[in-house]
Amino acid sequence: MMDKLPKWADILLVPLISLLLAALVSALVLLAIGQSPMQALTVMVNGAIVSPYGWGYTLYYATSFIFTGLAVSVAYHAGLFNIGAEGQAQLGGLGVALACLFLPWPHWSLALVGAMVGAALFGAAWAAIPAWLQAKRGSHIVITTIMFNYIAAAVLIYLLVEVLRPAGQMDPASARFPATTSLPQFQDIPGLQSLFLRYAADGTVRLNAEGLPLYQKVPANVTFFLAILACVGVWVMLWHTRLGYMIRAFGKSEKAARYAGISAVKITMTVMLISGALAGLMAINNVMGQSERLLQNSAEGAGFIGIAVALMGRNHPVGVFLAAILFGFLYQGGAALGLETAIPIELRTVVQGLVILFTGALDQMVRMMLGWAFRARRTV
Amino acid sequence: MDYATFLQIFDTTLRLATPLLFACLAGLYSERAGVFDIGLEGKMLMAAMASGAVAALSGSVWIGLMAGIVGSLAFALVHGIASITFRGNQLISGVALNFVASGITVLIAQDLFGQGGRTPPLEGGARMLEITLPLAETLRPVPVIGPLYADVISGHPILVYVGLLLVPATWWLLYRTRFGLRLRAVGENPASVDTAGVSVKRLRFSAVLIAGVLCGLAGAYMATGLQAGFGREMTAGRGYIALAALIFAKWRPWHALWACLLFGFFQSLALRPDVMQAVGIKIPGPALDALPYILTVVVLAGLVGKAVPPRAGGEPYVKER
Amino acid sequence: MMGAHDTGRQASAAPFAIELKGISKAFGPVQANKDISIQVAKGSIHGIIGENGAGKSTLMSILYGFYKADAGEILINGRPTTIPDSQSAIRAGIGMVFQHFKLVQNFTVLENIILGAEDGPMLATSLGKARKVLADLAREYELDVDPDALVEDLSVGHQQRVEILKALYRQAEILILDEPTGVLTPAEADHLFRILRGLKDQGKTIILITHKLREIMEITDTVSVMRRGQMTATVKTAETNPEQLAELMVGRKVLLHVEKQPANPGRTVLEVENLRVVDEQGVERLKGISLSIRAGEILGIAGVAGNGQSELLEVLGGLTRGTGVVRMNGKTLDLTGRHSDGQSRRADGIAHVPEDRQVLGLIMDFTAWENVAFGYHHAPEYQKNGLLMDNEAIRRDTEAKMATFDVRPPIPTLAAKNFSGGNQQKIVVAREIERNPDLLLVGQPTRGVDIGAIEFIHKQIVALRDAGKAVLLISVELDEIMSLSDRIAVMFDGRIMGERDPATTNERELGLLMAGVSEGAA
Repeated sequence: MMDKLPKWADILLVPLISLLLAALVSALVLLAIGQSPMQALTVMVNGAIVSPYGWGYTLYYATSFIFTGLAVSVAYHAGLFNIGAEGQAQLGGLGVALACLFLPWPHWSLALVGAMVGAALFGAAWAAIPAWLQAKRGSHIVITTIMFNYIAAAVLIYLLVEVLRPAGQMDPASARFPATTSLPQFQDIPGLQSLFLRYAADGTVRLNAEGLPLYQKVPANVTFFLAILACVGVWVMLWHTRLGYMIRAFGKSEKAARYAGISAVKITMTVMLISGALAGLMAINNVMGQSERLLQNSAEGAGFIGIAVALMGRNHPVGVFLAAILFGFLYQGGAALGLETAIPIELRTVVQGLVILFTGALDQMVRMMLGWAFRARRTV
Repeated sequence: MDYATFLQIFDTTLRLATPLLFACLAGLYSERAGVFDIGLEGKMLMAAMASGAVAALSGSVWIGLMAGIVGSLAFALVHGIASITFRGNQLISGVALNFVASGITVLIAQDLFGQGGRTPPLEGGARMLEITLPLAETLRPVPVIGPLYADVISGHPILVYVGLLLVPATWWLLYRTRFGLRLRAVGENPASVDTAGVSVKRLRFSAVLIAGVLCGLAGAYMATGLQAGFGREMTAGRGYIALAALIFAKWRPWHALWACLLFGFFQSLALRPDVMQAVGIKIPGPALDALPYILTVVVLAGLVGKAVPPRAGGEPYVKER
Repeated sequence: MMGAHDTGRQASAAPFAIELKGISKAFGPVQANKDISIQVAKGSIHGIIGENGAGKSTLMSILYGFYKADAGEILINGRPTTIPDSQSAIRAGIGMVFQHFKLVQNFTVLENIILGAEDGPMLATSLGKARKVLADLAREYELDVDPDALVEDLSVGHQQRVEILKALYRQAEILILDEPTGVLTPAEADHLFRILRGLKDQGKTIILITHKLREIMEITDTVSVMRRGQMTATVKTAETNPEQLAELMVGRKVLLHVEKQPANPGRTVLEVENLRVVDEQGVERLKGISLSIRAGEILGIAGVAGNGQSELLEVLGGLTRGTGVVRMNGKTLDLTGRHSDGQSRRADGIAHVPEDRQVLGLIMDFTAWENVAFGYHHAPEYQKNGLLMDNEAIRRDTEAKMATFDVRPPIPTLAAKNFSGGNQQKIVVAREIERNPDLLLVGQPTRGVDIGAIEFIHKQIVALRDAGKAVLLISVELDEIMSLSDRIAVMFDGRIMGERDPATTNERELGLLMAGVSEGAA
């Protein structure tokens, strides 16, 4: 009661201060290992934002994080903590791979629709069992989704090694998807194309053997626009539909929801299926849009970053979008650090963990600090 | 399959079960006191790095062990502050600390040794020696029991025995002492402890710190006993397997031992595809890896008895009027 | 005796067991306790009576070290004592039996007793000693409990005995009981009172907090009345009567007088036959209820809290399942299947103002307008374009309801938690009544609501009756039942003990029924 903050401060300042605290601790870590935080920041900014090449990667990562961030957020609104986005995204990848490999697609746009169905279905299916166990048996969804992440990893290793791996191939991965399923990347999209022109040292555009201009290849692809649509869709769903209303009511008070005739089983199942589908859809970005085949550990931790993104973004689609871009920057910037400095790429994992810690677990502390600041200002 | 192979597998089982056991007991203390701990993995990893690095630098495994405990305790302390002092979300705190540990261990190890986030291979006094139990060689000729004693039970680093002894010790502490009574009470109904005039915070902090020490032992054993040095992500999800074992054991010490031995057995089987083939069972390796998790889900589903966690688990204590 | 506690300052008389001087405590802007002083003689039973929210529990929490008073002084046996925490309270000889027991459910009775009062670090010695002490206490005060039983297997009455034993084991000389009979059957309550008298005879001092006048009259020696954080009077029980106490408690002579015309009942709206409910613990809470309500009448259900009234509301409102037959407008309702939920009940014309608005009736974090749609989120007028909710329409509707029901402040976008209790209740009542239901279920409509809102809410309920609707009213406030109802049914132990006409019955008669004395005997 006493530390009550204005609403805007709670929405804006709490995540920002948390981010600042995370940055501060990271800077201290860097100083402790004899690196310069300022130099690190410069390298990250140069690597992730300044060049089109850099932000082509930043937005690619952000796309994945938007999907997993939304997945965690949607579940969170129903009071469910879905740690299983990682496994659901991996299964989504399997759905994408099966759709792309075993169905004939005449055009990428149709393949995209088919792959989306596959990704969403497989992701949702992987969330369904923990959801059912929570709804019917009361098994803690956090524990079951953690278990399902590991089970997913085992399932995929088995499938990639024993079933999907083409004969003669060494690494555990599926075959390449047919060219007709290849999604347009940013340098293929008219209108965006010119941003990615490659220039020679004298400032002229570089040309290939046929005299056509050369473009820089970036992994960001049309899925980015799908991600934006997903943000809008989730926003409409949560705040402008009955389903969203029921989800939020259930998340705030399970008892009251029962009074209003909102079924706990139905909401838990529905919301986890949506969450799993969103996590699964992430695979469109990385599996179909970038690697174009299914690799082991395809989600590469994006499911976990979704937790940080959701917390940082206050479980609101706009916040999730912004936080995902921030984490995209962190990921691409972190990669640049790994390449150009002696700072290991793992710095980004540290920052990620700290952001989760400050926004999700020490948020009371941050609020308390802000509360002091506000009271001090008022008394001055 | 011959008796010697059996013994080899049991030997490996015991080795692999030990870090699980430490971490599982760590979780047991914490969760019995009402503080969920998903951060077992991170604390183990931190301890593995700290002990590996300090052992490599000092040349002494014992100094390394202490460093491991200190590293793990630091993380436990943060978890305690977040979840007890500031009443934060215990699950999120654990997840967060796992990430921090995953990154920071590489950062520090890379800075210290410049070997891609690994410590140099530990040798001599920097490793935990395997000790031979009394009479091991004398008894070896005795049929069946002799080799079992000499090869499986004897010949492990001391922490293996410490881990085994911790099981009865934990049982005794929980069920026979004042501290144990209060610890269990605070995990079931903190208000009962509070109104009895005992500090909920102090009890919970001590449980969380005990968990820190035990995860420290788990990590130190991994880096200096089980393997010769720290490598990035070397705990490889063992913290989560320990968590699974804890649920499988329904938060009870003796059951924790059996669960950890079972899961250790799965791990040792996964290392020996030749044995699996010889027996004629065709279980894919990944299925063995996944087995602990699948079994835990089965237990959680209530298909094999009901796993009832401590009633106040995961909830910060707020005094009510 | 006198000499032992003589502090030198009070040489003439024995010091009071407890003396509070000028205790004040505020929570933010709310003054929970204002300059409270009482004196409780050693070896007496002192009652503290007051309505919900009068500040009784806060005062006792201060005495037990849960809160620090902003001002004032506590004297125990004449000695000024500070009580910063529960440990100090225990050391000062104070034992507390909370309304909600503080027991560890899966511990044995013995383990619960010694928790926090162990002798040494090993349990065995403590358990052995406690077993002996327990046997002595059981003999002395009728406090028998199986020391090795798990608390979760004990009845509520027995669990309360464990709480008392806990206090006695800690050698409490002063025992505070907070609403101890709220959850007890009359037989259990009688037993409790025998125990308390026994303790008093042994020289213990007892403070009994309650809002039930009957208990005060029955067992206390002196009584203090609290109202809105202040101590309005302290009197000898023998020199007062329930009417006077009620007046002191409420602050005005007639608490409730509702203007209403005689009822004009029409067709039967609700028929209930042999309704049974078994709770999650397998205890039968409703043991075959039969009743009917006609259009244009209010059926009031009186009873001590915990005798099945809540379960009756919940099963009729679709929150819990039951067996038996319930007909609404002639249609048999689903009590067990997929249509036994709140949505189906609303579709059948049943509206429900739940007993606890903050837990059931409202989502405290939701805005007022979101709460106005709560339970009616499927209503056609709140939808648009087939898929979407028409938030604008809900907001407009909320503004209209706020105007009709005089909700303050009339801001639809304000969160429910930012309204006062009375205004929160008005939002719930507005939502349910404005649906024009055939049957209104209403539980504790004025609990924690200020006087002005009480009158308003009562008028609305009567207006609904006059509009030819049926109302089922449940309240633990007998006055409320008597002044609103057209017929009164009394519930006891999951059954209906009898029905009375409010015009011809009186508190005494109802009280007997509420205590489980059947009609024949009465």
